[in-house]
Amino acid sequence: MNKIETKNLNLYYGTFHALKGITMSVKANTVTALIGPSGCGKSTYLRLFNRMNDLIPGVKIEGDVLLDEKDIYNNKGMRIDELRKKVGMVFQKPNPFPKSIFENVAYGLRVNGMNHASFVEERVETSLKQAALWDEVKDKLKKSAFALSGGQQQRLCIARALAIEPSVLLMDEPASALDPISTAKIEDLIYELKNKYTIIIVTHNMQQAGRVSDKTAFFYLGDLIEYNDTNIIFTNPTDPNTQSYVTGRFG
Amino acid sequence: MSKNLKEKIAFWIFRILSLGVLLILFWILEFIFVRGWHMLSWDFLTKMPEDGMTKGGIYPAIIGTLYLVAGSMIVAFPLGVMAGIYIHEYTLDSFFKRFIKLMTNNLAGIPSIVFGLFGMALFVNTMKFGDSIIAGSLTLGLLALPVVIRVTEEALIAIDDSFRHGSYALGATKLQTVRKVILPMAMPNIITGLILSIGRVSGETAPILFTVAAYFLPKLPTSLFDQVMALPYHLYVISTSGTKVAESRDMAYGTALVLVLFVLILNLLANALRKYLGNKVKMN
Ligand SMILES: Nc1ncnc2c1ncn2[C@@H]1O[C@H](COP(=O)(O)OP(=O)(O)OP(=O)(O)O)[C@@H](O)[C@H]1O
Ligand SMILES: [Mg+2]
Repeated sequence: MNKIETKNLNLYYGTFHALKGITMSVKANTVTALIGPSGCGKSTYLRLFNRMNDLIPGVKIEGDVLLDEKDIYNNKGMRIDELRKKVGMVFQKPNPFPKSIFENVAYGLRVNGMNHASFVEERVETSLKQAALWDEVKDKLKKSAFALSGGQQQRLCIARALAIEPSVLLMDEPASALDPISTAKIEDLIYELKNKYTIIIVTHNMQQAGRVSDKTAFFYLGDLIEYNDTNIIFTNPTDPNTQSYVTGRFG
Repeated sequence: MSKNLKEKIAFWIFRILSLGVLLILFWILEFIFVRGWHMLSWDFLTKMPEDGMTKGGIYPAIIGTLYLVAGSMIVAFPLGVMAGIYIHEYTLDSFFKRFIKLMTNNLAGIPSIVFGLFGMALFVNTMKFGDSIIAGSLTLGLLALPVVIRVTEEALIAIDDSFRHGSYALGATKLQTVRKVILPMAMPNIITGLILSIGRVSGETAPILFTVAAYFLPKLPTSLFDQVMALPYHLYVISTSGTKVAESRDMAYGTALVLVLFVLILNLLANALRKYLGNKVKMN
């Protein structure tokens, strides 16, 4: 069974054709890396799954996007906030709220009506532990999240996404603004999280894609050029464009 | 002339002009303080006017202005903030949005005497509130509305979309996002806007002229439907239209000083509040 899937998916920003007939499916509990040159549509593709593209005026979408084999766009029974509870997202730039560390992680619970104090406390602790941040912040949960370092803020954002127990986690270049040590921590984390979540990660870092992902999809100018097991994409790709991109000889 | 010299000359022109502005401001303040300071006393602030308003205090005018400021803020704050939120958070960049913005700007440019006439026609006569605190507060509230709307909008524009997206991505609705993330972040700046409009409202004479202000009232208001005296109108009355303008000179400067101090103190208070809220937002 496919966890998520797109079928002949076209997306337009006004008249600009940004995604061209993408058909692709992802199995549960795997990590999929989206790679490709800047502007090829990786972020756009990622934002399909939690419908963040809906926030951009003038976006037109054709084709099917399925989560657990159910269409998430043409589906009256599927509310967007319910969808986003199931499909979490971590952004490129850490974007904690101007609230305490605790309240940042509790936010998703509260807006989804889970307000019971002991439950919230327990979930905050679990999520911070999952995000490998607990030891660093357990004594200052009431302090502002803005006082954390960039790498800690990004792990806080991951904890925040995990707190509502989504089944899919979308990550758009989650480590691009971070130093090598924080990056390594986040990569370890992704590896850990695979047990419970289906992860799709956009990255410009080929080593990172190689280290963390099971499958890799190469996008180019809005087309999905090649999609296969990560080791095949990196060692023996079919398409010459993929070959030159993964070996760093592109353009 | 060398580039460097031009730069220097430009710098000095700007500097002298800004100092000039400051100088004029201090000059005005000095003018009022020197002439009004000796009038300031506990009695002046807490006693009724006496002897055709040439003696005694200005207590009822102070109270009246306080009521009107409070009343107008009760009108303008929720309306203005909600309108600002609606314009910025709920309308996409459409014709309708640009139209509302244009109209808000036009509203800000209408002379205050026109607000006064409108308030009289609508609140005093049509709605039959009579000359009253409620009619005056509504009129002043309308006057302050465009400022509050614009300040709210600007406070919202200043908040990066990444905060909104972060909230939506966690399954929050638009209302939850506005209430729990955006509004607390915008509040310190909105409060600043409120300061500006309080300053404007408390000094206005024209809008209250036909809607609430009393020439002389020897008692305090007991209901929202009573008239009140107010500082700016009182000042106008005793310095121009009374029978004893010369004898009221000191009273007038005293009143002017109280009005100026009133606005200054409000500004300081609101500034402190803004700092406090700013810190609180970061902590919570
Ligand atoms: N809001 C938007 N309005 C119009 N066009 C957009 C918008 N967002 C993206 N695009 C266009 O769609 C294409 C794909 O953009 P997208 O952000 O998905 O690329 P990307 O692969 O994530 O690039 P990067 O690696 O630089 O993040 C680009 O050509 C971009 O200019
Ligand atoms: Mg991108």
